[in-house]
Amino acid sequence: MVTTSEILSTLRMIDKQKLDVRTITMGISLFGCVSDSEERLCERVYDRIVHQAARLVKTGEEIEKDFGVPIVNKRISVTPAALIAGAMKHPQKLARALDRAAYETGVNFIGGYSALVHKGMTETDKAVIASLPEVLTETERLCASVNIGSTKAGINMDAVRMMGGIVKQIAQNTSASGGFGCAKLVVFANAVEDNPFMAGAFHGPGEGDCAINVGVSGPGVVKSALEAVRGRPFDEVAETVKKTAFSITRVGQLVALEASRRLNVPYGIVDLSLAPTPAVGDSVAQILEEMGLEVCGTHGTTAALALLNDAVKKGGVMASSHVGGLSGAFIPVSEDIGMIRAAESGALTLEKLEAMTCVCSVGLDMIAIPGDTSAETISAIIADEAAIGMINNKTVAVRVIPAPGAKVGDSVEFGGLFGRAPVMAVKPFSSKDFIGRGGRIPAPLQSLRN
Amino acid sequence: MNETKKAVISVLGLDRKGIIARVSGVLYNNDANILDISQTIVSGYFTMVLVADISSQECVFDVLSDELTALGEEMGIQIRAQRSEIFDSMYRI
Repeated sequence: MVTTSEILSTLRMIDKQKLDVRTITMGISLFGCVSDSEERLCERVYDRIVHQAARLVKTGEEIEKDFGVPIVNKRISVTPAALIAGAMKHPQKLARALDRAAYETGVNFIGGYSALVHKGMTETDKAVIASLPEVLTETERLCASVNIGSTKAGINMDAVRMMGGIVKQIAQNTSASGGFGCAKLVVFANAVEDNPFMAGAFHGPGEGDCAINVGVSGPGVVKSALEAVRGRPFDEVAETVKKTAFSITRVGQLVALEASRRLNVPYGIVDLSLAPTPAVGDSVAQILEEMGLEVCGTHGTTAALALLNDAVKKGGVMASSHVGGLSGAFIPVSEDIGMIRAAESGALTLEKLEAMTCVCSVGLDMIAIPGDTSAETISAIIADEAAIGMINNKTVAVRVIPAPGAKVGDSVEFGGLFGRAPVMAVKPFSSKDFIGRGGRIPAPLQSLRN
Repeated sequence: MNETKKAVISVLGLDRKGIIARVSGVLYNNDANILDISQTIVSGYFTMVLVADISSQECVFDVLSDELTALGEEMGIQIRAQRSEIFDSMYRI
């Protein structure tokens, strides 16, 4: 039996250090819904999701109550829309059906209005991508993603060019909310098929009919644990992070198995990510600062993040029978109070964030850039990030928000878990001719790696 | 297989008369059997951790949990019931 001090330590983690399970995400395959009639397809998709996920939110709440650990989000990911909408002229109808299903099941987001175009684009892929500005403006809970590159296929620069314009258009369409529509779109390279985190979640074509994927969190717990080893060598820092990650991940594993059992759906993976929220004490940046940096973004930040990311995985892998998804520390600027402060102080810039994405999960995430940033510059930011993912064999993503009317020094408020984004500077020099070329950047060598 | 189901009940708050009596009263009414109690008072703050067997057919965790939360609100202290698996999985391999 566990000791009283262990019990009290868990209670402290939950109450003071904001330990939570960030999301239970039910992945649902929609291949069985395919039809040559748009109406029938939408009807089947809606019915399938509403039926399969009928008890998802309620079960999540029950587990939360039984174990006394908050489960912040209950979500759904589905088969990428472009893979099932081949016979549709208007994929917008599918988007609306997905949004309605999310509303009916009570989940806060549904992910999978997605296209996988890392090598080439079908007519359907093009239609889905072209519909994004309209769809992400009209729908409330739908999230979209586009995979534009991979280590095996290279980078589809035609898609990269297209996405710059799409991001810009979405920002303009949703200018009343600071360009918030862009927060619901992730541009990936090396996207994973079992990611439970939004906005980039989709249920990949290699997945089964249905799966439960769980994303854990707990930056506050890691930060508190590190306070006990102030001034000690990095060996002890790494050990402390590993042990803490183990405990956090065990909670995720328990919740995943319990949800799987209660919903009678196979357990997929636990995603070992440190996901911050804008709440004080729930910040990845503050973990890095606890390691001895005056402010996140200064010299040493990349090394600190590399250690953190690796130690979280080492501790987490042991704690879970199946690990997957993105699994790494997230560094979304607007969703992390430490990152916001660092960006406002000038220590954290877009260039430093790009370097940090080489050693941690995901990429340039929730970053507001000036509203007058050109589509080509956004495409070039995407291309740079995709190149990092392609060469380093890792998932990267870009979720930037060219906030309409906003300038460097301004701040865009999104509210809730999305937080507040200080507008960050981009280079004033043009990448227009570079992006104008189109075509594909070939897949890289897998040997001679220096 | 009839596995023992256990709940961990934690009580945190300013010390006052009758905390143990009333918490164990709720457990008794819900047919839960107390297996272990540990209790400390640090500068007037009362901390109690109690482990109870809740395997009985008569014991519904949901009801027990709600009653304990309500009792905590009434007494101005924090009472929380959690299934023991969360602690076992966090600290035992």
